[in-house]
Amino acid sequence: MRARVLIRPKEGILDPQGQAVERALPALGFDGVANVHVGRLVELDVDDASQVPEMCERLLANPLIEDYEVLTVE
Amino acid sequence: MKFGVVRFPGSCDEVDAVLACEQQGEAEILWHGDRDLKGVDAVVVPGGFSYGDYLRVGAIAQFSPVMEAVAEFARGGGPVLGICNGFQVLCEAGLLPGALLPNTELRFLCRQVDVEVVNAGTPFTSACEQGQVLSIPVKHTTGRYYAPPGLVGEMSSGGKVVLRYAQGQNPNGSMDDIAGVCNAAGNVMGLMPHPEHAVDALTGSADGACLFASMAAHVAEPAAA
Repeated sequence: MRARVLIRPKEGILDPQGQAVERALPALGFDGVANVHVGRLVELDVDDASQVPEMCERLLANPLIEDYEVLTVE
Repeated sequence: MKFGVVRFPGSCDEVDAVLACEQQGEAEILWHGDRDLKGVDAVVVPGGFSYGDYLRVGAIAQFSPVMEAVAEFARGGGPVLGICNGFQVLCEAGLLPGALLPNTELRFLCRQVDVEVVNAGTPFTSACEQGQVLSIPVKHTTGRYYAPPGLVGEMSSGGKVVLRYAQGQNPNGSMDDIAGVCNAAGNVMGLMPHPEHAVDALTGSADGACLFASMAAHVAEPAAA
């Protein structure tokens, strides 16, 4: 099974990457953009998708500073 | 006494760390794939880009065989100092509280900073004066110290914040100007500045040597430190 993990900076923690992207977009003429956050995407084939949350807790994300969301794909 | 300095694939400051340690005693490189700590009395986890810093800084290194041994050494009370990437590794390994995030300015920084010793009662700072200001270089992209605000308050009042950037010199947006912290037991410390690059007046400052001297004094006489 294909799993997809979305990892984001935790809300409330300063995200300078998101801010830099947010500042860059209006310079290209894209107005009305707010709350930009930059995270990571991890895709993996797994035999047992129920193990993915533990993989996130122990390696794929750092739960102190990041939130993760596990999606399963076909 | 003998220091052990860890070398991961991607480490780059281990040679300077060995030279800094050799001013105080013997020093030996500990290869990342070995579980054997070779009977060392203290461990330094040096700076660099362990395992390419893939995924997150320090994330992969925490699972290396040598780090399993270092964690056991730390749990037994052995002194462990993590510098820069070493600090990031120790945080990822759960041996130190908190995490290191990208610098607020998103730039690689390389400059001399003043760092104040806010707790001279640790095995890593006993050779310094309380309040002493050390001139030590920083060079990093991911040095913004973060811990949950309540925890930072507890660490600060409990003497676990060991070093702070001098007023106005916080280079990376670290909470509370934190430059170095220790664990609850006091035997594991991490810092972003590089004391091993400041151990000879020829390079502009020898202030970093007091951290290695403190560790040597602690090993010689644990009760005194």
